[in-house]
Amino acid sequence: MAAYIAKRFVGMIVVMFIVLTTVFIIVRLAPGDPAALMLGPDATPSDIASLRTQMGLDQPIAVQYVSFLAEMASGDLGRSIFFNQPVTQVIVERTEPTALLTLFSIIIAVAIALPVGVLSAYTRGTLFDQGALSTAMLAASVPSFWLGLMFQQYLATGAGWFPVSGFGSPDAGFLQRLHYLVLPSIVLGLVNSALIIRFSRAAMLDVLSDDYVRTARAKGMSEWRVVVKHAFKNALIPIVTVVGLTFALLISGAIVTERVFNLPGLGSLVVGAVLRRDYPVIQGVLIVIAGLYVLINFLIDMLYLAIDPRVKY
Amino acid sequence: MATASSPSAEVGLLKSLAQRQSVLIGLAVLAIIALAAVLAPWIAPFEPNKLAIVSRLKPPGGVHFFGTDEYGRDIFSRTIYAGRVSLTVGISVALLSSIVGVFFGLLAGFFRKLDTPISRIVDAMMAFPDILLAIALVAALGGSVLNVIIALSIVYTPRVARVARASTLVIRELTYVEAARALGTSTWRILIIHVLRNILSPLIVQATFTFAYAMLAEAGLSFLGVGVDPSTPTWGTMINEGQKYVTTAGWMILFPGIAITLCVLALQIVGDGLRDALDPNLSKEL
Repeated sequence: MAAYIAKRFVGMIVVMFIVLTTVFIIVRLAPGDPAALMLGPDATPSDIASLRTQMGLDQPIAVQYVSFLAEMASGDLGRSIFFNQPVTQVIVERTEPTALLTLFSIIIAVAIALPVGVLSAYTRGTLFDQGALSTAMLAASVPSFWLGLMFQQYLATGAGWFPVSGFGSPDAGFLQRLHYLVLPSIVLGLVNSALIIRFSRAAMLDVLSDDYVRTARAKGMSEWRVVVKHAFKNALIPIVTVVGLTFALLISGAIVTERVFNLPGLGSLVVGAVLRRDYPVIQGVLIVIAGLYVLINFLIDMLYLAIDPRVKY
Repeated sequence: MATASSPSAEVGLLKSLAQRQSVLIGLAVLAIIALAAVLAPWIAPFEPNKLAIVSRLKPPGGVHFFGTDEYGRDIFSRTIYAGRVSLTVGISVALLSSIVGVFFGLLAGFFRKLDTPISRIVDAMMAFPDILLAIALVAALGGSVLNVIIALSIVYTPRVARVARASTLVIRELTYVEAARALGTSTWRILIIHVLRNILSPLIVQATFTFAYAMLAEAGLSFLGVGVDPSTPTWGTMINEGQKYVTTAGWMILFPGIAITLCVLALQIVGDGLRDALDPNLSKEL
């Protein structure tokens, strides 16, 4: 097992190296001089030259690449041109709304999807099953930003149940700020529950026809115990995998949903950085989010070892 | 899986698809939306960019079926025209990512030495959330319809490559590939005639879903203001413009939103139907 964990860890490092290289290439794909673009039309040639030196753009591309990798390895994501602060600090300051939004959305998505998916498999072919599948497909087809705007119009502005937008004042208490996240989390949770419903239904269908489930029924075990203790426990592996995959979808959804609800998170940060051509911030957010995704998938692989005794490497 | 290769199987596939009512409805919805987009200059009652300040923010009615926006432009006409860009992006991304993804997927699945490097690159590319990678690529390339197509094709190519690789790995071990090798058939002929033809089913299904996801992603990029030029009517740019008037003129975002949802839903229904018809084992599960 130690050899497997070591192998997966090395694989994770290789993937992160490719992620860093990809980000390096993307940021340098931009036409024109990044220093001139960042400083705008009023910059003097000496300002541009000094920023080029500061960013290392006057060095050959191979040297830039090596120093970029060295900086990333030491955890230095560079300095934001717009905020004039280290990118790490800018990202940390904007992480709270995104992290909480992602967390609450995944809780809502799982809370909706697991019971619906399991029940849908159990009642396969019935009206409930067909209704659940159709609703899941509809949820996967609705753009999250559009659903967000509709909910904002009817549930926040119209009914007044939720704040329309923002994240409260910085002095407001934690619970008060959470109130601002309820509606965006419901929107993202609903949209992202679709995939989990379909996968948990498929995983349950798979195990419900297995011999041990039939044996459990033949022993006279209650249906609840058969479904929850025997079937569901064994359907967990594909479900855990899909919950992990949903993370990437949720981040994508969070980026646009933050814009709808004016949440000062990583999504708003990266969109603002694109409009201001603040490349170090774009680069930093890409690396942090891709790194998190790689790490989560590594942890999920480790989780398999814990939840399924059959998995031995 | 080999069903796609013989003509009788293709007839069987069409029959199987035709028996599914939901697929027929999905295809009909897609056909109507596509036809409306193609025939936009003839069926749109107004010029999509024609300003008419006197009739600004008019609610849906007899003259303007979907109402008007803040410049008095007809939302119905703009929704029809917007379909042209959104559908073009969706189809182009599905085609481009399929061609490039299949190429790399075939190489990774068939040649063991290439498997690890290609698979690691695919893993790394899939670590980026689609919208985030697309935003970064469009930021680097510049906002235009062509660059959005290129960016989204780069985003979805690894997903196609993964499907193509997995299917190739299965086909590579089958007896008829071994027999072709023993007969001295060239590697490229084996790849194209024996492998590619037999992995087409999952790839067609994947292309349908890529079409749907690309349309959603394009709308997301345009909504964020980092996609196509904001003056080009797409369903995403229309929702972006309408969000300022969400409380006073909700119709500005209602109709383009319904158009995206209908289109993506129809594509997903058709994709599901195709998958069920091409691979009955899967239809039992999902």
